[in-house]
Amino acid sequence: MLLSGNEAIALAAWHAGVALGAGYPGTPSTEILEAFSELGGRAQWSPNEKVATEVVLGVAFGGARGLATMKHVGLNVAADPLFTAAYTGVSGGMVIVSADDPGMASSQNEQDNRRYAVAAGVPMLEPSSSQEAYDFALAAFEISERWRLPVLLRVTTRVSHSKTVVVPRDRNGPPRNPHFERDVRGRVMIPANARPAHRRLRQKLAEIEAWNETSEFNYLVPGDTSLGIITSGISFMHAREAAPHASVLKLGFTHPLPMKKIAEFVRRMKRVVVIEEGDPYLVEACRAAGLAVEGKPEMYRFGELSVARVRRILNGDTSPEPVPPPGKPPQLCDGCQYRQVFDVLRKRDCIVAGDIGCYTLGVLPPFEAMDSCVCMGASIGVGLGLRHVLPPDQARRVVSVIGDSTFVHSGITGLVEMVYNPPPHGHVLIILDNLTTAMTGHQEHPGTGRTLKHEPTGQVRFEDLARSLGVRNVHVVEPRAGSDEFERVLDACLNSGELCVIIARRPCLMIAKRLKELELTGAQTKDRR
Amino acid sequence: MGQVTNIVVAGLGGQGVLKATDVLAAVALRAGYDVKKSEIKGMSQRGGSVTGDVRFGTEVLSPMVPPGEADFLVVLEPTQVDAHRYLLRPGGILLSPEMIDLDKLANKKGLNVAMLGALSVHLPMLESDWHKVLAEQFQQKFHESNLQAFTVGRQSQQKNPGS
Repeated sequence: MLLSGNEAIALAAWHAGVALGAGYPGTPSTEILEAFSELGGRAQWSPNEKVATEVVLGVAFGGARGLATMKHVGLNVAADPLFTAAYTGVSGGMVIVSADDPGMASSQNEQDNRRYAVAAGVPMLEPSSSQEAYDFALAAFEISERWRLPVLLRVTTRVSHSKTVVVPRDRNGPPRNPHFERDVRGRVMIPANARPAHRRLRQKLAEIEAWNETSEFNYLVPGDTSLGIITSGISFMHAREAAPHASVLKLGFTHPLPMKKIAEFVRRMKRVVVIEEGDPYLVEACRAAGLAVEGKPEMYRFGELSVARVRRILNGDTSPEPVPPPGKPPQLCDGCQYRQVFDVLRKRDCIVAGDIGCYTLGVLPPFEAMDSCVCMGASIGVGLGLRHVLPPDQARRVVSVIGDSTFVHSGITGLVEMVYNPPPHGHVLIILDNLTTAMTGHQEHPGTGRTLKHEPTGQVRFEDLARSLGVRNVHVVEPRAGSDEFERVLDACLNSGELCVIIARRPCLMIAKRLKELELTGAQTKDRR
Repeated sequence: MGQVTNIVVAGLGGQGVLKATDVLAAVALRAGYDVKKSEIKGMSQRGGSVTGDVRFGTEVLSPMVPPGEADFLVVLEPTQVDAHRYLLRPGGILLSPEMIDLDKLANKKGLNVAMLGALSVHLPMLESDWHKVLAEQFQQKFHESNLQAFTVGRQSQQKNPGS
């Protein structure tokens, strides 16, 4: 079968008997849970990656297998549970997929999450193809259960979104029988319990390192001894194509690293080059172990690697790279209701603290109406900070703009901050509510009142939430052509000097049809009740 | 790794670029080749440029077609031809949408399938394999119009064998 890396992970999760998969949509990770759900698996979108990881930790505490999926920046949000879950360990297998985005096809940074495996002290696997994504995901659950640790499965855009041939195996592992076993010392991380837990973690990692020296995940592709290449992930494919005659040490289990195996390889080669995308993770580990290896010139730290770039690295070529002609950039859809919002914000010369989603495209011409975009939810905190310190004539023009899914993800605590520490001249928060997570392909979220499978469930109503937190000026408006309602409400809010929340609600054009169908079926289910 | 055939399909979000590469990759797999397909989507669904790479042969390593090494460049949107020409190898074949008379298509949205029809004339896979994969990859209601579009594409190459 021809599967994307994401579909292969989903199939492995299905074959591994995962009891629950949880995550938050984010390119390039989104399709994993969707595919798992389509196979029949139980999958859910959580409000954010931290909650998803905690839910999956609970699943694993209960003795079942759990899968958490997220994009690389999502692991920043989930880092808090991750670091201490490494101390508590797990009973059932727990795998966290981090889908990194070198080259930033659709991300705000290109952080290299291999650093997280080291920082948190969890085992890490890095597949190079869909077959390995499948095999490694299956193996990750076994490893997780053998050492009772969460395992990080680190993929990149090119592994997640490339389709390659997969030969599936059978289901692995015995059927699980979730049940609670009390383990207060192991799971209640007060300092007295956490101190020995940290020692246990280091002991486990030492054992895993010794085991990894002979594990099947790291292997040698024999070739000339004049050039040896140490590599992992998708870079392995580029390297083999760029240097078909080289000896290649292919690392699949990249934390803790099999340093003896690496040293032995280096000793046998005349010249060794480390080929890796992103941060100099492998090359630093080699050098820290006193091994004489070449890394890539700094210019190749930026963006994805490719066969052409690997050839350049091997040739020591640091001449400027050819710049491909620009393609057509994305833009807000024709007829998108957010066009009107950004038109008005531009006309008012607002200082716009923006956020992550389709609407970030409000930064591009013809709107050019966004002044910051940092991370999920940052619009509110950043807007408040600006309001606190800017001179009044500027402060009064500051607005925070956040999408509906992003608001649920990380904006609610920002709203609490707004109520708790209000700036002297108030603030205006605009929630752009198009009733879906549009940017990543129209996933549901707690504000839509529908589950990952588009079935009715509990719903968070933003206007009720804001009012219950004590915001007195809460307005729900529908931005649409021929109506100046949004403009009038915004002016009133900007002039009020008070805390205001404007919910600009209108369904995304691209789901309008689906939404009608869902509402019809939703109404029918209610009638039946 | 032997001979690998490199194909890039380019267009704009919403034109069916990725669907076209899915079909192409499935046909190559059916014909017994090792296949890899790679794409960059991300923000592309907001109408930006989209490209999909398909490579097939006895063994395929990197999933991405190196710039300047595409044997075929299939473009679905006239404005995207120049931006992607650098991907072609010297002597590589460009298939551009002007080759297809849109008025001949029963369903105008079938341009991606018509372009696959044009491409298929240059590839070793059997026409019957293409038909089977088209049946698998699309809803039944589109099958007739897809077969028609595929045929229009094939016929375009009998008059105009690429550039």
